[in-house]
Amino acid sequence: MAGFINYKICRLCFQHNTPLDAIAQFRKHIDLCKKKIGSAELSFEHDAWMSKQFQAFGDLFDEAIKLGLTAIQTQNPGFYYQQAAYYAQERKQLAKTLCNHEASVMYPNPDPLETQTGVLDFYGQRSWRQGILSFDLSDPEKEKVGILAIQLKERNVVHSEIIITLLSNAVAQFKKYKCPRMKSHLMVQMGEEYYYARDYTKALKLLDYVMCDYRSEGWWTLLTSVLTTALKCSYLMAQLEDYITYSLELLGRASTLKDDQKSRIEKNLINVLMNESPDPEPDCDILAVKTAQKLWADRISLAGSNIFTIGVQDFVPFVQCKAKFHAPSFHVDVPVQFDTYLKADCPHPIRFSKLCVSFNNQEYNQFCVIEEASKANEVLENLTQGKMCLVPGKTRKLLFKFVAKTEDVGKKIEITSVDLALGNETGRCVVLNWQGGGGDAASSQEALQAARSFKRRPKLPDNEVHWDSIIIQASTMIISRVPNISVHLLHEPPALTNEMYCLVVTVQSHEKTQIRDVKLTAGLKPGQDANLTQKTHVTLHGTELCDESYPALLTDIPVGDLHPGEQLEKMLYVRCGTVGSRMFLVYVSYLINTTVEEKEIVCKCHKDETVTIETVFPFDVAVKFVSTKFEHLERVYADIPFLLMTDLLSASPWALTIVSSELQLAPSMTTVDQLESQVDNVILQTGESASECFCLQCPSLGNIEGGVATGHYIISWKRTSAMENIPIITTVITLPHVIVENIPLHVNADLPSFGRVRESLPVKYHLQNKTDLVQDVEISVEPSDAFMFSGLKQIRLPAQAFYTYQYFCQATGSTHG
Amino acid sequence: MAVCIAVIAKENYPLYIRSTPTENELKFHYMVHTSLDVVDEKISAMGKALVDQRELYLGLLYPTEDYKLCRYGYVTNSKVKFVMVVDSSNTALRDNEIRSMFRKLHNSYTDVMCNPFYNPGDRIQSRAFDNMVTSMMIQVC
Repeated sequence: MAGFINYKICRLCFQHNTPLDAIAQFRKHIDLCKKKIGSAELSFEHDAWMSKQFQAFGDLFDEAIKLGLTAIQTQNPGFYYQQAAYYAQERKQLAKTLCNHEASVMYPNPDPLETQTGVLDFYGQRSWRQGILSFDLSDPEKEKVGILAIQLKERNVVHSEIIITLLSNAVAQFKKYKCPRMKSHLMVQMGEEYYYARDYTKALKLLDYVMCDYRSEGWWTLLTSVLTTALKCSYLMAQLEDYITYSLELLGRASTLKDDQKSRIEKNLINVLMNESPDPEPDCDILAVKTAQKLWADRISLAGSNIFTIGVQDFVPFVQCKAKFHAPSFHVDVPVQFDTYLKADCPHPIRFSKLCVSFNNQEYNQFCVIEEASKANEVLENLTQGKMCLVPGKTRKLLFKFVAKTEDVGKKIEITSVDLALGNETGRCVVLNWQGGGGDAASSQEALQAARSFKRRPKLPDNEVHWDSIIIQASTMIISRVPNISVHLLHEPPALTNEMYCLVVTVQSHEKTQIRDVKLTAGLKPGQDANLTQKTHVTLHGTELCDESYPALLTDIPVGDLHPGEQLEKMLYVRCGTVGSRMFLVYVSYLINTTVEEKEIVCKCHKDETVTIETVFPFDVAVKFVSTKFEHLERVYADIPFLLMTDLLSASPWALTIVSSELQLAPSMTTVDQLESQVDNVILQTGESASECFCLQCPSLGNIEGGVATGHYIISWKRTSAMENIPIITTVITLPHVIVENIPLHVNADLPSFGRVRESLPVKYHLQNKTDLVQDVEISVEPSDAFMFSGLKQIRLPAQAFYTYQYFCQATGSTHG
Repeated sequence: MAVCIAVIAKENYPLYIRSTPTENELKFHYMVHTSLDVVDEKISAMGKALVDQRELYLGLLYPTEDYKLCRYGYVTNSKVKFVMVVDSSNTALRDNEIRSMFRKLHNSYTDVMCNPFYNPGDRIQSRAFDNMVTSMMIQVC
């Protein structure tokens, strides 16, 4: 009755949107009724009722949520369903002990639970006490019969179903409110209920799912308990693969079972591998065990597949594996070596029948197999002996060696998987498969902890290594054989722009056998500035100047074969068009036959040398315009001769030979004199300069913007130390523009180069009128104390074209005039 | 009186769990493991506030069920969590007492970390820590 009333109150509370009141009311109700168990023989009824209460409340709560109430993580219907399930489980336990009557006990007749009218007078009263209103239990016989009836009825109740339904409701609720671990815990309980209900398939499905969570979070105690249940299920189903997988994990380092338990499991596992039936798991139902034993007996016939390949990266088996190449790279003429380390964590030594390692290049697989032909019954004998045996706690090292193929030079050889077989092919075989170089679900965390640890490990005898100190190296690079040749470069840097710079490459073989197919690649190292690449040209022929069409890098020039100790020389010519630093590469490749591990292989070797060559300007050219008196001119006057002076300053560290120079005049310029090179075959050392002087004149051209083009100055030169056949380089310098101006009047003085004291010195002045008109000119001469003049000192006359005035002066004393 | 004390690492695996030997150890492991849900939720809710303002003490986790066993949580700045299961049937423990117990735990844990031979992330195997936990498990508040 109380239940009814409570239900109504709670429902009303929820409808009034006061869930806290409802919860408080429910708590009070439960606390009150918890202790009222009633008669001991029917205590399961109390638990049934408690369970019902919780379930009803949970339903109410859920309904309220559907109508808009929000629940939180710590207060949601899931808890109530969980409690309901708990009480249902208690009920099941009690029912098992109290209702455990023998089969011979018959249901009492007439049925005390039946009433004469078919309904009860008062709700909640016992049916055989109808009509009695007092608490008088005067008829003990009737009571006993009634109790028996209820107990027998209870036996027919499928408890597990009720429990599972309640648990799955709870799981759904917890999933909604983000309690994943609560969900996992309840799923474990569901799994266990399915186990009791003999539905092993469903149990295993749930338990498998939950195992991943506990494994990834590292809660080994919980994982072990789940695994134990799972093992029982798989045993009772005679499910081979699952049984073996769970045994592997229960024997491992993550399992918290005691050694005696582990020994038992190990013995069972070995029995299974030898195709015998394992012993039953402890605490299993006797009838179930009998069925299981029949199933196992069937399995002995070995129908179906008997080789189980289990990938271990998702769980923690009892064998650990690490593979390590001896070095991160190997030369192709050195055999590749690597170690495989194995460690067993089970209590007793165990024997394996085969180990094979697979690579990304399948051809190496055949070299990395260890197999021992052993008969099925030998698995238990000779356990501590032999390479194939793993002693618990000790690290076993297995060395493998093979020769890399020439095609793999420059590539990585990777271990793709390691397979370890327990048992043998004639009986049953379990193949543990590690991806990459090893490692399972717990190994990465362990490796991290080991890397951080400062603990000094005790010294072990020579052959043994600490498991934690081994780091997996699952790939290695194959590099080409070390070349045994020497490559020398002979040259005289810096190079001068545009010259044919000579580079002598000397290759000498120090190998013990003949090398063949020697090829030379030389030139500008690829990858540099594009401007440099365009302005660099390489050739083997030094006799012609190479032009733009020549490449910056000459590749694969065949050079022939070399005997041991033989040397060859090759000359290279480089022409650089711009200044700057350039990296040059000389690369020599060749083939040689070598023997590695009694196998002949052809190795391609190469050696390269890099050199940086600076390019500098050979000389600086300065051009200036001066008057015939060597005075600096800003501008040039038409028809008046002027001088062009060129100055060649050698900036090269090497002596330069100026072979010749040439002045190419623009059409607007004419030369006054013969154009002859004044620097023919001049050798300039560093810092020396060579100058030339040309007398030019420019006719009147009117006013031209920007000046008049003068022409080009061409210099032919080469390095003094260069060989005879090296061509001459010509450098063209563009002469600057000059501004030409017209002047109306030009005065020119004609003076002898010297005069004597007290002798007459004739001075001629030439006047030119450049205009078209007659001009009036006034001339005056300034007297000077040092000279005596004769002739008119002041004249005024119209100037027509050309006048010459002659004066005679006499110098007195020593003067400079 | 504490019946179970656990220290959980940042990655949620147990560094130390101890419970009174009379009880079913597995049950306590499950209790501590499931309470991590609430701890995680509380940490992520607090994560939005500044570090200074974060409270270390998390208080009561799941509501008491009928076991009369309360679970309390505490998280350090390095995300190491302490979970304590307390039997409140004998005496009603006040919040302050729980806090002081956690503070003691925190101090002992700091001592363990200060040990240069202790590698953070390994199981705690310190005798001093064990003794402190024992004293908390049998003390009567």
